[in-house]
Amino acid sequence: MDRPATPVTEFTLNGTSARATPQPGERLSRMLRERCGAREVKVGCDAGDCGACTVLVDGAPVCACLTPAHQVAGRRVDTLKGLASDPMTQKLSDSFLAHGAAQCGICTPGMMVAATALLRETPAPTEAQVQDTLGGVLCRCTGYRKIIQAVMQAGAPLPTPVQGDGHSGAAIPRLDGAGKVAGTEAYGDDVAPIGTLEILLVGAPYPRASFTLGDIESWHSANPGVVAVLTAADVPGRNRFGVMPGFEDQPVFAETETRFRGEPVAAIVAPPEVAATLDLSLFPVTWTRLDAVENVADATAPGAPLLHPDRAGNVMVTGFVACGDAEAALAASDVVVEGRYATPFVEHAYIEPEAGYAHLDGDKVVVHACTQAPVLDRDGLQMVLGLSPDRIRIIPTGVGGGFGSKLDMSVQPYLAIAALKTGQPVRLAYSRVQSMQMSTKRHPSELYLRIGASADGRLKGFALQGRFNTGAYASWGPTVANRVPVHGSGPYFIRDYRAEAQGIHTHCPPSGAFRGFGVPQAAIAQETLFDELAEKLGMDPLEFRLKNALNTGQPTVCGQVFTQGVGIRACLEALKPDWSRERAATEAFNAENTVLKRGVGIAAGWYGCGNTSLPNPSTIKCGIRADGTLVLHQGAMDIGQGANTVITQLFATALGIPTHRIELIGPDTDLTPDAGKTSASRQTFVTGNAARLAGAALRAAILTRVNAGPEATLTLGQGRIHVTDNGRAHVIDLSDLPTDADGYVLGASETYDPPTKPLDKNGQGVPYAQFGYAAHLAVVEIDTRLGTIRPLRFTAAHDVGHAVNPALVEGQVEGGIAQGLGMALMEEYIPGRTDNLHDYLIPTIGDVPPIETLIIEDPDEHGPYGAKGLGEHALIPTAPALLNAIRHATGVAIRQTPVTPARLRAALKEAGHD
Amino acid sequence: MAYHAPASLKEALDRLAERDMRVVAGGTDVYPAQGAAPFGGDILDLTRIAALQGISRAAEGWRIGATTTWTQIARADLPPAFDGLRAAAREVGSIQIQNAGTVAGNLCNASPAADGVPPLLTLEARVELTSTTGQRVLPLAEFLTGVRRTALQPGELVSALLLPNPPAHARGAFDKLGARRYLVISIAMVAVVIGCDAQGRIDHACVAVGACSPVAQRLSALECDLIGQRPEQVAVTPDHLAPLSPIDDIRGSAGYRRDAVAEQIARAIRTAGGQ
Repeated sequence: MDRPATPVTEFTLNGTSARATPQPGERLSRMLRERCGAREVKVGCDAGDCGACTVLVDGAPVCACLTPAHQVAGRRVDTLKGLASDPMTQKLSDSFLAHGAAQCGICTPGMMVAATALLRETPAPTEAQVQDTLGGVLCRCTGYRKIIQAVMQAGAPLPTPVQGDGHSGAAIPRLDGAGKVAGTEAYGDDVAPIGTLEILLVGAPYPRASFTLGDIESWHSANPGVVAVLTAADVPGRNRFGVMPGFEDQPVFAETETRFRGEPVAAIVAPPEVAATLDLSLFPVTWTRLDAVENVADATAPGAPLLHPDRAGNVMVTGFVACGDAEAALAASDVVVEGRYATPFVEHAYIEPEAGYAHLDGDKVVVHACTQAPVLDRDGLQMVLGLSPDRIRIIPTGVGGGFGSKLDMSVQPYLAIAALKTGQPVRLAYSRVQSMQMSTKRHPSELYLRIGASADGRLKGFALQGRFNTGAYASWGPTVANRVPVHGSGPYFIRDYRAEAQGIHTHCPPSGAFRGFGVPQAAIAQETLFDELAEKLGMDPLEFRLKNALNTGQPTVCGQVFTQGVGIRACLEALKPDWSRERAATEAFNAENTVLKRGVGIAAGWYGCGNTSLPNPSTIKCGIRADGTLVLHQGAMDIGQGANTVITQLFATALGIPTHRIELIGPDTDLTPDAGKTSASRQTFVTGNAARLAGAALRAAILTRVNAGPEATLTLGQGRIHVTDNGRAHVIDLSDLPTDADGYVLGASETYDPPTKPLDKNGQGVPYAQFGYAAHLAVVEIDTRLGTIRPLRFTAAHDVGHAVNPALVEGQVEGGIAQGLGMALMEEYIPGRTDNLHDYLIPTIGDVPPIETLIIEDPDEHGPYGAKGLGEHALIPTAPALLNAIRHATGVAIRQTPVTPARLRAALKEAGHD
Repeated sequence: MAYHAPASLKEALDRLAERDMRVVAGGTDVYPAQGAAPFGGDILDLTRIAALQGISRAAEGWRIGATTTWTQIARADLPPAFDGLRAAAREVGSIQIQNAGTVAGNLCNASPAADGVPPLLTLEARVELTSTTGQRVLPLAEFLTGVRRTALQPGELVSALLLPNPPAHARGAFDKLGARRYLVISIAMVAVVIGCDAQGRIDHACVAVGACSPVAQRLSALECDLIGQRPEQVAVTPDHLAPLSPIDDIRGSAGYRRDAVAEQIARAIRTAGGQ
C-alpha cells in the first residue's frame, strides 16, 4: 500500500510522449520549462494571477504554475510550440502578427493558448466571448484591443499586407514578431541551459533594519550542495550602483543597514535541485528592525532618520523652473483655482520579472538579461566589478516589458559577481514578489497647484509645488524632479510660472523611471484644475484649452521658442467632433438615468523627447558584405514598442533599399555601437536619426563609386549592387572590394545627438530639441450607487510629427492608455502589502474600452523625416481625461488616485448623491 | 517527501490516517500560498478519485463531489435556484482557475472572499466529511469557522456537498463587486435565492453576503422581512446588515462595504425575482 506514486511522470507533450521526474509538489510550469525544455511556457507570477503560463491539459486551459507536475501523468499537455502545427493556431498567429497583437510578446503564448481553446469551441467568437476567455491573461503593453481583434478575426482573411518597400510611413507588421507569436523569442529566464546554477537572494524583511551576518561557513557546511554564498565582502569593485553620474548610491548587497523591504544582503548559488529545497529562513542573519520613514511627511519631519548622511532633510534633489512673476500674476487674476493632489506608488507590472544568465568567456563576463539599457548596464557593472568595459559583454535577451524600470540594473550585478566568483554559468530570475519589492516604481506625489486666469479666459499665473517620494536610492529620481517643473505647465502659453519639485528619500523601494518621469502625476493636477478653471470662467473646457494652447513662436515656460512643430492645437482641434457628439449623447443619457451617469472628459499633454539638457547620442552602424547581405547593427532596445522595426524602416528609407532586405544584428555591446537607452521617448527620434544618417552615408558611399546622382535607385543583388541613374545602369561588383574588420565591403557609422542647451538657475534654456503632443477624450459611465467606473471609449489625438509606422503608433497609444487607465482607477502599490498581482491590480482585457487613435503629423525639423517620440505621451493625458470625465458625470472632483469604487462612492455621498 | 495520487477514496483516507499530508486538488490556492518555499512533507492529490467528482441528483437533493471544478458547475444543467452558484462559478478567478479549482478547495481554503460560499449558503449546502472512522455532515455555516479556519479534523476529507432540492419556482442570482472586470478578489459579493408567489410576492428568500465578515453570512432578519414583498421594492436597512462585520482593507473601507452590499442585495433580488 505504502508505495509513493511512480516518480517518473509520463504524459503526452505536444503530441509526443514525454517523461520527467519532478520533485513532489513541483509546478507543471517548472517541469515543462526545466525538465522538458518547453521555455515557451512563460512564468510571470507563480500564483495564477497573470496567465502567462497557460497550457492546455486534455484540451482545457489551466495555469501551469498552479498545476502539480505529477497531475499530468497520463494526460495530454499542449503548449504554444505544439499548437503551432494546428492550422487554427497558425491562423491565429498570423492574425496576431497582422493586427499587431504582440508587442513585447511575453503574454503572447498564454494568450494564444487560451484563445485556441476558445476557437476550437467557437470559431467566430464575439468580443464578449474573447474577453471572457482571455480575462485571466494579463498584458501590460497592448491595451488588449488588438488582441481582441486578432482573436475575433483569426478565422477571417488577413488584412491586405502593406505593399511597397516598407519605408517610413508604412504600417508593416513588426519585423521581430514571428518569434513572439511562435513562442520562440527568448526572454531573460529563457536562455540559461537546463541545470544552470541558480542564485537565491536573501532580502530584508523590514522597511529599515540593521543586521549582522552569522556563521555563514557553518551554514554552508550544513548545506554542502551550495556552491557559493556572496555578501558585500564579495563585491570586487565598488559596492555601489546607480544610473545617473554622481548618484551611484545603491549597494549591491547592503553592508550594515537595509533601507527598503527586500533589499538583498546575501546571495546563495546552488544547483537547481538544491535551490528548490533550501529553506532561506535558516540563513544566518540577525535582523533588528529600526524606525523607518515611509512617506514624505515622516521623512521631512524634524529629527527624521537620514537615508543618506550627505542629503540633509532627506532631500535628494530639487528641480526648479520660473519665468515672469507667478505670484503677482495670480494676485492679478480674475479667477484662481487651487488644489492639493496625491498619487501613490505605481508598479510597472511587466509580465516578465527581471531575469538573466551570465557566464565567463575567456577573461570576459557575459551577461544576458532583460534590459532597456545595455550600455548603462555595462557602465554599472564596470564600477561594481572593477573591470574595464572590454571585459564585460552585455547581450540583452528579449524583454517582456520594461516601461522604465528595466533601465536600472536588477539581476545583472548578482549574475556577474556569481559568475566571476564560481567560474560557472549562473542564472537568476526574480519571483513576482521580489520583482515588486525590489524594482523601481512610479514616484508617489504630493502636488499643490494654483492657477489663475483673466476673465477673458487667458491663463495668467501658475504655481506648482511638488514633493515626490523617491524611495531609498536615487535611481532616476533626479530626472523626475527636473522633468516635472519643465512640463508642469502642460502644452500651454503661460508667461508667469513657478514650479518646484523635490525628491525625498524614504525607506521604500527606489522610485525611478516609469513612462513619463513624473509628468503624468503633474498632468493629473494641472489638467483637472483646468476644467475647474474653465467652469469658473463659464467656458467650454476644450475651448479654454484651445485659447491657451501653445503656438509656434510663443515661449515655453523654459523660454524655449519653437518656430515649427508645435502640434497641440491640431490635437485639440481633432477631438472637436467627438467632443460635441459625446457631450450631447451623454446629456441625453443622463436625462433618462438616475443611477448610471455618463461623462466626457478631455486632457492634453506634452513631453520632451530625449534627455533633459544633457547629451544623449545614439550611434548606428551598417555594412554590406561581399555577398550583398545588408546588415544593420541596431543597438536600440526593442522592449515591445517597435524599435527594431522603426529604426530599420528609417535606415531603409534613407538608403533606398526595401526594409525586408535588411538583416539585424544586436543589441550586443560587443557588436552594436551605443544607441543609448530605451527611455524618454528618444529611440525613434535620436536613434532613428542616427539610422537615417547611417543610411544616407552608406547610400552616398555607393553612389560615389559610380558617380551617380542623389535620385538614383539602388537594387541589392547577389554579390553586387545595381545603380540606376537617369536611365543609366551601373553595377558594383562587391567581390572586387576589400573587406573591413567587420567583414563589410561598404559600411557606415553615424551618430546623432539632439541639440539642447543647459537650463539656468531658473530653468530657462533649451531642455529638448523636440516635444511630442497629445490630447485624449474619455467617456465613462459611473454607477453612482456603487462608485464603480466603466470607461466606454477613448479618442486619442497624437502629434507624432511623422508616423514612421502607423500600426506601431496605434500600439503605443492603446498600451499607454491602458496604463493611464490603471493608474487612474485601480493601481496603488503599498510596500509589503501589494507585492503580487492579485492585490495590486492592473487592467484586464475587460477593462479597456475601444480606442480610436487620431494620428496628427506636424513635422519636427529635427526628427527623422519629421518624426517625434511617442512612448510616454501615450499615457500622460489619460488619467486626467478620466478624472475630468468622472467630474463631468457626477460633479465630483477627485484629487487622489486611484479612484477606486470606495473612494468615489465616499466622494459621491459627500456630494449628496443617494 | 512523496507525491500520492490514489485512485480510491479509501486509499486516500488510509494515507491521511497514517500522517498529516498536504492535500491538493486543483492547486489554485495551494500554490499561491506556498510561494517559493519548498513543500516540507508528503502531498496527497485527490483528483484521480472518481468518487469525489461530478454532480449527481438523488431524491432528497443534489450531491456535488468535492473535486468538481467550477467549470463543471458553470456548465452543469441545474435548476434556476442554482443560477447564482453558476454565476459565481464563472467569477472564480479566471477560466484557467475555474478549469482546475474545485468546490471543496474553495471551502477548505476558507477565504472570507471565497466566491463559492455565499451561493452555497443560499442553497442550504451541507458538507460531507469522511475519514477512516466514518462520515459526518455539517451545515456549511458550521464547517467554516473563521478566516482560513474550518471544522475539518485531522484525517478527514471533504467528500461532497449535499444540497436539498430548492423550491422549483426559486431562482438564484449572484452579484460580485470588484475593482476590475476579471480575475479580481471581491470587495463584496451577494448571493440570493428568491421565489415569488403567483401575485409576484416573495415567498422564499435566502440571502448571503461574502467578504464582509470573517465567514460569509446569511442575513436571516432580512430573509424574514422579504417574505411578502415585491422583489423590485425591497428596502435593506442597517439592521438587516447587523450580522456583517466588514473591515477596512486595500480593496475598500468597512463603510463602503456596508453601503455597497445593501445596493447589491437589492439588485440581486431584482435579478432573481424578475420575470
